[in-house]
Amino acid sequence: MEAPLLHLALVGTPNSGKTSLFNALTGSRQKVANYPGVTVERKEGFFVTPLGRQASLVDLPGTYSLRGRSPDEEITRDFVLGRAAGEALPDLILCVADSTNLRLTIRLLLELKQTGRPLMLVLNMFDIATRRGVTVDAPRMSEMLGVPVVTSIAVRKSGITELLRKTDEIGLQPQAPLQQNLWRPLSVAELRATQREADRIIGATVSLPTKPDTWTARIDAVVLHPVAGLVILALVLFVMFQAVFAWAQPLMELLSDAFAALGQFVHDTLPAGLLQSFLQNGAISGVGSVIVFLPQIIIIFLFILLLEDFGYMARAAFLMDRIMGGAGLHGRAFIPLLSSFACAIPGIMATRVIDNRRDRLTTILIAPLMTCSARIPVYTLIISAFIPDEQVWGWVNLRGLVMFGLYAAGIGSALGVSFLIKFFMLRDYAPAPFMLELPDYKLPRLNSIAIGIYTRAKMFLQRAGTTIFSMMVLIWFLASFPQPPAGAEGPAINYSLAAIIGHALAPLFAPLGFNWQIVVALIPGMAAREVAVAALGTVYAIEGGKEAADQIGQVLATKWSLATALSLLAWYIFAPQCASTLAVIRRETGSTKWMAITFLYMFVLAYAASLITYNVAVALGAG
Amino acid sequence: MTVTDQNNAAPQTRLGLAKRGYSGVILHLDVEEGSSSLPAVELESRLIELGFVEGARVEVLHEGIIGRDPIAVRIENVTVAVRRREAMAVVVV
Repeated sequence: MEAPLLHLALVGTPNSGKTSLFNALTGSRQKVANYPGVTVERKEGFFVTPLGRQASLVDLPGTYSLRGRSPDEEITRDFVLGRAAGEALPDLILCVADSTNLRLTIRLLLELKQTGRPLMLVLNMFDIATRRGVTVDAPRMSEMLGVPVVTSIAVRKSGITELLRKTDEIGLQPQAPLQQNLWRPLSVAELRATQREADRIIGATVSLPTKPDTWTARIDAVVLHPVAGLVILALVLFVMFQAVFAWAQPLMELLSDAFAALGQFVHDTLPAGLLQSFLQNGAISGVGSVIVFLPQIIIIFLFILLLEDFGYMARAAFLMDRIMGGAGLHGRAFIPLLSSFACAIPGIMATRVIDNRRDRLTTILIAPLMTCSARIPVYTLIISAFIPDEQVWGWVNLRGLVMFGLYAAGIGSALGVSFLIKFFMLRDYAPAPFMLELPDYKLPRLNSIAIGIYTRAKMFLQRAGTTIFSMMVLIWFLASFPQPPAGAEGPAINYSLAAIIGHALAPLFAPLGFNWQIVVALIPGMAAREVAVAALGTVYAIEGGKEAADQIGQVLATKWSLATALSLLAWYIFAPQCASTLAVIRRETGSTKWMAITFLYMFVLAYAASLITYNVAVALGAG
Repeated sequence: MTVTDQNNAAPQTRLGLAKRGYSGVILHLDVEEGSSSLPAVELESRLIELGFVEGARVEVLHEGIIGRDPIAVRIENVTVAVRRREAMAVVVV
């Protein structure tokens, strides 16, 4: 009879090298999902022990104690206590410690012991500790703690042999009678007492480093310097921004061309008709318009994971904490918001570095307000059609100034919304004080980073294949049905549901100065904002799509008033309609509610901004 | 109890007031002081979990640019970033 699956759980403080040990044990056999109903990521991996036992390993959120002060930490607590819904009680808990820094983990281990679950202490990064001259009397430590202790080096293949052997040994033992769970939340006095006990055990079994880590101190002297530190941060961000825009560009064009070619191939091969239109305009161009963002996502995550692994992310949060704090944002929200200038999708995915739920939600809600690259085609089209190319104050280009103003309006409104969220919506949620370990610098582990990027890319593609794909099909359907009657004049979209909706909604948007053609164009613009440009071309019956942008501009300049153009620009600062972003928000927050809230608040802001812009412009004579 | 009216000679102070380069030993935690948004018990628990216990050696390594806040504190062999308002609860000597 085959032995049942061995359930292992990985517990440790943040920065204990938990994730690299997880990657070393399970490789790419990982499954990432969310725990039901919460934003917390559930990472499970599988491996086979040397004796051939199948094992599942769950990487639990990092924590310093079992108190469960955040949703992540509650998951860890409930999981080890066997209270988590639908989860098996772990057969063995692996408590991971950074060997150079044992104090906090030993205290956690003493607390874990109270749960009565089989437990093993893994002294990870043992090579670094040895290099610094730290010696650990593991047998003595094991005796004092009353649990098995093994050393490991997650970055080396041979570094986890002992861990695997010991796991087998424990797995072979007849199932010990279930020990009683004696754990209950510790009082402050007990917390203090366990820390003392941990310090006593460490004092008796661990020698002080003979060669302390001088590199971290040297790097920090520059990187955390109040002035030099901010300059370096700006430099790091500049390179990251460059990479996202410049390095990703050729790849994105390649992908976009490939999808266009595929669409053209379908167009040429199949007879004209619904199937052809569905495959070309619905499926291929719809999914293509999302997969195009894959290079940007990979590059952003490459940077984020490298910086995180190196230990820089915590420093960036340290430098930005007070600057962001003024708007009610956490220092860690900085990178995700910055990424959102490329595209809100990787930005929202990057909010996973924020461990506090309230801070993470706030960041997700305002990320779409950062001016993403998909708005640029819309901005440039309208600006070049309506804003004269002239200098103001002698040296500033008016068009550039308008563009800057649109970006600034996005940032300003994001800060304002964050401020309001802090005061009204998430008030009951205790704000996270900024208390963060600044880990010693470590060389990034490329293998671990590759696995991290692979996991993220896979998640993104799965999403593009499911939620986003179905949205695209819906939008295609709206723009294609019903079909125009035989011999009808004008573009087909004018006879579709989209046009019917456009006409029906036109009175709602009339106060903003939008005509029905604009409203119709906003509907396919749901797929991706820049599609609105092509859609305007279609509605105004201009052949040639994107290449004809100049032509579209000329036509618009004759058909719209300046007030309408400005109003549409204001609309696009907020532009709630981006199906992919909304789908990602639903996935990342695990709730339709937050997706709906995002859509509604952005819609209200967009409407208000356009209404004000249009009426002020008309009053000033631009109508 | 304020920091300045101490009668004994020991230069007892609060970590939240310490300048960069300060080094000392934790005397005790006094979570009633300061303006942290956290309830006192929660603040005390978190501080202990990050290693702020009596007798631990601390050194202020770095300060932020706005209001010299937050601070990076070396505590035994761990570096921790905290805001000054939370560090006010740590009495050092």
